[in-house]
Amino acid sequence: MEYVVEMLNITKEFPGIKANDDVTLRVEKGEIHALLGENGAGKSTLMSVLFGLYQAEKGTIRIHGKEVDISNPNVANKHGIGMVHQHFKLVHNFTVTENIILGLEPTKSFGRIDIDKAAKKVMEISQKYGLKVDPHSKIEDITVGMQQRVEILKMLYRNAEILIFDEPTAVLTPQEIKELMGIMRELVKEGKSIVLITHKLKEISMVADHCTVLRRGRYIGTVKVSETTEEEMAEMMVGREVSFEVDKVPATPSDIVLKIENLNIKNSRNLMAVKNLNLEVKAGEILCVAGIDGNGQSELIKGITGLTKIESGKILFDGQDIAHDSVRNRTLKGIGHIPEDRHKYGLVLDFSLEENMALQSYFQEPLSKNGILQPEALRKHSDILIEEFDIRSGQGSVTSARSMSGGNQQKAIIAREVERSPRLLIAAQPTRGLDVGAIEYIHQRLVRERDSGKAILLMSLEMEEVLNLSDRIAVIYEGEIVGIVDATKTNENELGLMMAGSRKGKVD
Amino acid sequence: MKKFIDFITNEKNHKFVIPAIAIFLGFFVGSIILILTGQNPIKLFTSIIRGVLGIDMSRIGSGRSVFNARYVGEYFVFAMPIILTGLSVAFAFRTGLFNIGAEGQLLVGSFASVAAGVTLDLPGVILLPVVILSGTLAGAIWGFVPGILKAKFNVHEVVVTIMMNYTALYLTNYYLKQLPGSDNVKSIPLPAGATLKSEFLIEMTNRSRLHWGFILVIIAIFIFWYIIEKTTFGYELKAVGYNPHAARYAGMKVERNAALSMAIAGAFSGLAGTVIAIGTFGYGRVLGSFENYGFEGIAVALVGGNTALGSVFGGLLFGSLSAAQPVMQSSGIPRDIAIIISSTIILFVAMQNGIKIILKRIKGAK
Repeated sequence: MEYVVEMLNITKEFPGIKANDDVTLRVEKGEIHALLGENGAGKSTLMSVLFGLYQAEKGTIRIHGKEVDISNPNVANKHGIGMVHQHFKLVHNFTVTENIILGLEPTKSFGRIDIDKAAKKVMEISQKYGLKVDPHSKIEDITVGMQQRVEILKMLYRNAEILIFDEPTAVLTPQEIKELMGIMRELVKEGKSIVLITHKLKEISMVADHCTVLRRGRYIGTVKVSETTEEEMAEMMVGREVSFEVDKVPATPSDIVLKIENLNIKNSRNLMAVKNLNLEVKAGEILCVAGIDGNGQSELIKGITGLTKIESGKILFDGQDIAHDSVRNRTLKGIGHIPEDRHKYGLVLDFSLEENMALQSYFQEPLSKNGILQPEALRKHSDILIEEFDIRSGQGSVTSARSMSGGNQQKAIIAREVERSPRLLIAAQPTRGLDVGAIEYIHQRLVRERDSGKAILLMSLEMEEVLNLSDRIAVIYEGEIVGIVDATKTNENELGLMMAGSRKGKVD
Repeated sequence: MKKFIDFITNEKNHKFVIPAIAIFLGFFVGSIILILTGQNPIKLFTSIIRGVLGIDMSRIGSGRSVFNARYVGEYFVFAMPIILTGLSVAFAFRTGLFNIGAEGQLLVGSFASVAAGVTLDLPGVILLPVVILSGTLAGAIWGFVPGILKAKFNVHEVVVTIMMNYTALYLTNYYLKQLPGSDNVKSIPLPAGATLKSEFLIEMTNRSRLHWGFILVIIAIFIFWYIIEKTTFGYELKAVGYNPHAARYAGMKVERNAALSMAIAGAFSGLAGTVIAIGTFGYGRVLGSFENYGFEGIAVALVGGNTALGSVFGGLLFGSLSAAQPVMQSSGIPRDIAIIISSTIILFVAMQNGIKIILKRIKGAK
């Protein structure tokens, strides 16, 4: 068998940690090779070594059987290696074509860019691989899925043979994920080889041929995907058995905690994002607002928590209209909020863990007295939460939030919000970008909060999470609830149709 | 040597290692320029030692008096206002605001203290505090204006503060001339009870202009540190500065904090102006142009990493360069060398990411 990429016995150390310890990865020509591991397992480090961003201390890299020294990304490009980064590297006010040709512009006389020629070539490539894009739209006007296709086109334009995808589905809707999988299959059919970095097992069983598993920087093994199961791969990744099913008893909902009446909210572009929306959340249940990204669910959450002003309507919390209360007042009345974007809203990354733990209660006793912070109380408060929620960090309470792993950052936010024992807990995409172990923990915790009688409003884009965790599912489409279904009486197909806008009678 | 490399490449130490490297490089570049112009770079350092410590190295062994306390006194006169404007810029920075307006806030502070001292007829014990408060408050108001414009209308504070610097310069010049007894260049001297002047300090430092202002500076440093490190208000300001989205999420009033932060920053600058007017001079001056205390404050805050203690070190450093300028000139070195050194230090501090990368490489190579 011919290998296009061989990374043999790679060891890469960072101060105090071996990010890669004797890792081997062999990619065959024309295959999709998944690289699986939890956050911090060393997947990205390994790929950065291949892409020339880091130099390994030990080990050899062979491309097409020849030993190479990849000292920087330009060398990697020369060897036909291209990478689609998790966070796209695009110029937002440039067009699709301008972004693709950036650095390799075809020119006419006097150094003028031959944009027509470039656009034509972009179209050729995009047709060959089924990557639908409009070469003349600006990046800021197109969807995230299309932006990703631009990134892929960028690599193909540079004649990349080996394509690295770094967690490509993290930002995509279910439909876009399906499309991407199709594109990847098309690419390997045309003879490209793909390395897919992911921690989503489903995607691996959908498209990958082989799967190499890393755990804490160590090489665990390579398996043929057709001869293994998702459970086996999960066990290799985590090091123990993992349950995908969320363990929970049927909900026992009681009184209505949150009641939304005829709510209208505009988005940042001044368009109506939430239209005449009605919704009820009861104590002791998990109600999930499900839908394809961009259908108003983010605005709905921001409206309820007070981060966005509403246009009209009522938000009744325990019977009281809070629609015009300040964020602080809503927090104090008993609304906990696990925000969608933990780096933007949930944490002050430059603060220490204990300072972040105090973010919602620093102004109250015992954390402060008469406007003076009480350092001992802050430390104690944080230490207790770290202990209870098993938050792992380098130096405990004084660790900088920035240096913590995504899973532990999220645990810290959940700890902070749950600890205040709010009546209503709003969890927006609480497991986004997290690995299996952390997801399992967060799901269990949310169920526990439900069982203790809290109302949970969940917002999720992941079908699996929607079906496993919720009791009732409210499907949102273009700012309206198109139907509410019982989670035990529905399936992926029905939900998928509703998310695409088909209405269904209300089921209670 | 290995220990030394370990120390400077450790990220925990970057906070002071990077300014130290920048300072070293600043002096290094200054020395090279001196060599290129045919001067002896040693003279640069003896000038600074003389300007700061008052010790004249060339007189050692000559039998003449080596130490002159006046230099020490004058050194503190140079350092005090820029420590205060440094605190001013640093305070606003902590809330994510760039206060280029320290210069203007200083000027209105300076004017307000003189106006209060010249016009108010108050009993001795109250007069001085009222004069100091007037200057501080005027600076605070001058800082609050860009703050509230930012909060209410999202007008960029850099634009407003730059404009208000000029407004302050011409407005204070005009009104200073209107004060009773003022001529075209200065006001009448303030009554002794309204100044910070001290015969004791003057005598002790061989007739320098040293005054009680240093006590105000120490109090200001303490207040800065206390607000930022100890109070919930400081916690909010830092949260807003680091991440306004998270601050809003946590229910903090981001806009109100921005306006208040600018007002407090303005108060520090206003105090700087007060210290100059009623301490160093004892009368108000009509200025032809900016004296750049505010702009030096930006450099001080930058070198000091926006902390209270850092601003003290930054102020003492840039103060030493200012204090050394007259000495350098008298020993034949152009005073511009001191300016080149200051600028080079600022340049290298601004390039701290580059220095970090180089330190990383050194670490990697080891």
